[in-house]
Amino acid sequence: MPDSVQTTRTSAPEQATGNRHFARFTAAQRTMHAVLFSTFLGLAATGLPLRFSESIWARGLAKFVGGFGAILFFHKFCAIALTIAFLVHLKDIFQRALVKHEKGVFWGVTSMVANWKDVKDIFAHMRWFIGLGQRPKFDRYAYWEKFDYWAVFWGMIVIGFSGYAMWFAPFFAHFLPGWALNAVLVIHSEEGLLAILFIFSIHFVNTHLRPDSFPMDMVIFTGVESEEEFKHKRPLEYQRMVAEGKLDSRLAEKPQKWFVNFSRIVGFLAISVGIILLILTLTAYFG
Amino acid sequence: MKDDSGHNIGVDGQKFSASIHGSLKCNDCHADVKDYPHPDHPAPVQCATCHSEEQDKLKGSVHADGKEHPCTSCHGDAHAIFPKADPRSAVYPLNVPATCGKCHGDSGEGRKHGLPSVLPNYMDSIHGFALSKEGLLVAANCQSCHGSHGILSHTNPASPTFKANIPKACGSCHAKIDMDYEDGAHGKAIAAGKMKAPVCTDCHTAHAILQPTESAFRMQSTPICGSCHKDKLSTYRDTFHSQLGSLGGYVETARCWDCHGAHKILPASDPSSPIAPANLVVTCGRCHAGANASFVHYQPHANAHDRKLNPALYFVRLFMNLLLASVLTFFVIHTILWLVRARYDQIKKKSAEGDHHA
Repeated sequence: MPDSVQTTRTSAPEQATGNRHFARFTAAQRTMHAVLFSTFLGLAATGLPLRFSESIWARGLAKFVGGFGAILFFHKFCAIALTIAFLVHLKDIFQRALVKHEKGVFWGVTSMVANWKDVKDIFAHMRWFIGLGQRPKFDRYAYWEKFDYWAVFWGMIVIGFSGYAMWFAPFFAHFLPGWALNAVLVIHSEEGLLAILFIFSIHFVNTHLRPDSFPMDMVIFTGVESEEEFKHKRPLEYQRMVAEGKLDSRLAEKPQKWFVNFSRIVGFLAISVGIILLILTLTAYFG
Repeated sequence: MKDDSGHNIGVDGQKFSASIHGSLKCNDCHADVKDYPHPDHPAPVQCATCHSEEQDKLKGSVHADGKEHPCTSCHGDAHAIFPKADPRSAVYPLNVPATCGKCHGDSGEGRKHGLPSVLPNYMDSIHGFALSKEGLLVAANCQSCHGSHGILSHTNPASPTFKANIPKACGSCHAKIDMDYEDGAHGKAIAAGKMKAPVCTDCHTAHAILQPTESAFRMQSTPICGSCHKDKLSTYRDTFHSQLGSLGGYVETARCWDCHGAHKILPASDPSSPIAPANLVVTCGRCHAGANASFVHYQPHANAHDRKLNPALYFVRLFMNLLLASVLTFFVIHTILWLVRARYDQIKKKSAEGDHHA
């Protein structure tokens, strides 16, 4: 009986108010996000002084990061860590889809791949912004979440490839044309700049700072969200879970307070560093 | 011992007899002092009586005004003059900078004539260090470049510090570098009378000359080349060489002269130039181990804004710029509208709940 399962997991008063929690992300996915954002912050902090080496703060920041000599070392260190994380992620996807024959990895409502509903959702969502329609109902991943995912996916391939091409230029020169050695720096720095501007403004606001999640969406740290949040943010997935009778299998324990607080500190630290880097970028760009 | 008007007229006999003029009698110089009591106003001593050659040179120099520049202003106490090879001399090589610096330093008379203070620059230069720290007598001091009695303004074509003469002046010590320079594009331009071309001091400065391998010099050298080669500087600024170099610490990132050479600078069309196509693998390979023929197709001065010169790079940059602008424009509008709408709904919901409870 579902209720008995729940009683063992949550305290009685919470159950009474319907304050149940459901799992959204696995520990592996949350770890992946943590590795992603910490290496990304490291790459941004060591890349920006190079990108804007003429700006007034570049030398100071380079020094802060560990001196001029350390800046490339840290950049390359974070790059390798992120590359490994990316490869692990690729391995996971193919293992889930091709070895475990899990359904819905490459297609369907639970997939990261965009579908026709996402296109309709973009227009419906924007109609709702200006008061011309109902707020669309989202499934497991909304279109902006898929965009974030693919932006990072494409970004890692583009920035990673161009970065390694610069790092091992004499080797890459064997099969790249001469002008490509010039182009990789333009690609690397522009795509990096796009990633920095996007993550530190759009992603921060869309995911964490918007009124529904303000000040921070803790689900990427704790892996669970309240029933109310689940229903409000992803009504289609919730309904699907109910209809398929799978809702209870997603029940999860409310995260421990110390872990929530710890995650908040880490999250706010990451957001603060990101916002500082965003301000520095904008001052250099328009300064 | 003082006279009626308070002038010090005492002479240290021991010091004087040790000096270069020690064998002279007092009235060899003070020719009008023959009897006692002396004349009320003895005539000034005329050094030129013996040193007429120096006097002639001085007369034609920037220090010609004898009142402001008596011989003693450089040679020191008239009764304690030593030959210039004597460490006690004010014009002994190790003492020259301090002697000239009395006027050409921070608080010297030279400032009153609008002349820059050059002593501190010199003392902090590689020549100054060689002199003050190592005591190298061969290190250039003031008069090695400017001369001594016949010092001329750098605007005078006969001066060793006149722009066209500077390579020879420096070359009197740095002979090999002078030869290289004369063979290079800058040296040839100066020889042809193109005075906009740089001479030694344009890159190394005149007084604050630094050790060229030092990071301070490597940091300042690029803008100096760029002050004439503006287009090359701006395209260099776009490269990774410049980005890393501007941060300071990586002194080894390529600056202009790492590729072009420093003194014997030659166009790429000259087969002996380090940037001649046939030499690029060696030149780039000095830093980039494994540099090969295709690696050196990299253009260290590519212009991503020049469609004719670098078409591929131009379109790559254009694509990246458009991608960046369109993604950000769309999402900034999207996010702002969303924020406003979500906040509006939240407030509406709260007030509706409030009404319900009331």
